[in-house]
Amino acid sequence: MIRDITLGQYYPGSSPIHRLDARVKITATMLYIVELFVVNNFAGFLIAGIALFTVIGLSRVPLKFIFRGLSAVFIIIFFTLILNIFLTDGRVLWHWKFITITYEGLTRAVFMAVRLIMLIIGSSLLTLTTKPIELTDGLEKLMSPLSKIGVPSHEIALMMTIALRFIPTLMEETDKIIKAQQARGADFESGNIIQRAKSLIPILIPLFISSFRIAQELALAMEARCYHGGSGRTRMNEIHFHKGDAVAAVILVLFLTLIIASRRMGMPAIQ
Amino acid sequence: MSYIEIRNLTVQFMKINEDGSEVPGRKALEDISLDIEKGSFVAVVGMNGSGKSTLAKCLNGLILPTKGDVIVDGMNTRDEDHLWDIRSRVGMVFQNPDNQIVSSIVEDDVAFGPENLGIEPAEIRRRVNQALKQVGMYDQRLKGAHMLSGGQKQRIAIAGAVAMRPECIIFDEPTAMLDPKGRENVMNIISELNADGITAILITHFMSEAVETDRIIVMNAGRVLCDRTPAQLFSDTEMIERAGLELPPFIELREKAGLPSDVTNLEKMAAYMNNR
Repeated sequence: MIRDITLGQYYPGSSPIHRLDARVKITATMLYIVELFVVNNFAGFLIAGIALFTVIGLSRVPLKFIFRGLSAVFIIIFFTLILNIFLTDGRVLWHWKFITITYEGLTRAVFMAVRLIMLIIGSSLLTLTTKPIELTDGLEKLMSPLSKIGVPSHEIALMMTIALRFIPTLMEETDKIIKAQQARGADFESGNIIQRAKSLIPILIPLFISSFRIAQELALAMEARCYHGGSGRTRMNEIHFHKGDAVAAVILVLFLTLIIASRRMGMPAIQ
Repeated sequence: MSYIEIRNLTVQFMKINEDGSEVPGRKALEDISLDIEKGSFVAVVGMNGSGKSTLAKCLNGLILPTKGDVIVDGMNTRDEDHLWDIRSRVGMVFQNPDNQIVSSIVEDDVAFGPENLGIEPAEIRRRVNQALKQVGMYDQRLKGAHMLSGGQKQRIAIAGAVAMRPECIIFDEPTAMLDPKGRENVMNIISELNADGITAILITHFMSEAVETDRIIVMNAGRVLCDRTPAQLFSDTEMIERAGLELPPFIELREKAGLPSDVTNLEKMAAYMNNR
């Protein structure tokens, strides 16, 4: 199940989107997320949607890959839909006993669901088209002005690199521990919610201990490879701002303007 | 002067008592003196807890001596000014392939060491490509590290050490967690690197690997039990017994079949059999 989350996975490729400067992509994704909350009618979503699918098309990441990330958050989307449909007051469309569906509820539910779906697709597109190392390098560069006021930007970036690297390793470790405990007769599937939460303890404690062991070994291996902090370090792939990145930045500004303009496009506002 | 000089090396770890006070614990290494020549291929063998890994970690300053000195290419590991020089000359490959790979993408991980040395980006790229070709992983350079097999991961770890252009690489049981295929592969790469002039120090439990080296150092309870060529060591069955080791299969066969002791590898054995 955890394997299905595409969030944080990289899809190798050499499309124009893959080759963009990570800093541009991070800024664009952040702006895109903000814009999704600026949008207040379906016209805005149409613009954002066209933009999103253009980027997906350019990135040549298979749609299957992109939508796989959605299945993991399906439950959240589902609950958003349900809650909005049943709990919004307004013009009544349908009424049965205590269930009331209103026109406002229905539009709002669809609106929120579209927003969530586009949010998830947009942000997973960033990690799908950007190598983890570029992502963290980009973040490090974006945060570097902050290091003057004492923010450890290199350390934060390295922590993220290592965290991303060890997700699959720790997942395998968890799997091993679960199987080992099951072989000893542990039961993770029956009982009420409290009993089940309690039965997680024999998984979490060994996992905790083994991650300390892994951390220690990794630190030793890093020291053996001359790691001594961010100073004096170079990069194999220096981040360069190319012409394509400038073009992307201009398009981004245009998109931002369009989205803000969409608030006044005469469509009924939803919020 | 030898490349690595170990002089009266003693390592004693501190033990923390229940009340939090530190007291000297067991001696992991006791009064070890060894010389390792440039370009040689040395195996270090011994039972668990005999101090092999501790010895390995002393050679690049990961563990500092309690007493005595370790001098690498004229530099003392105690000298902090030279610590990074020593580590860039003496690379290390560890046992668990998973816990020594830093980046998710193969080529980024290989670049980690050279990046730490502050080398020019174009030169890093050249070294990374060369190192990956050397271990036969160039085609997989853009893959995720977690998608590789254990043997492939270990080859990436070796490439990571090679890309730093070391003069010596210490292999701390690099094949212990691999399947036979991966083990053979990694051993071939180590032999090739040694043939290219890199000093190789191989810590291992497998006698069939140790027999391929020039020199075997047998450790026991923190001391050097003996230091011989494979041919000398494996003709001394009493010593093998004392060190708690076992004979490589073909040597056992040689002993049982009563063949002469100059039959030191499989090729020689085949030649001997054919001549009869």
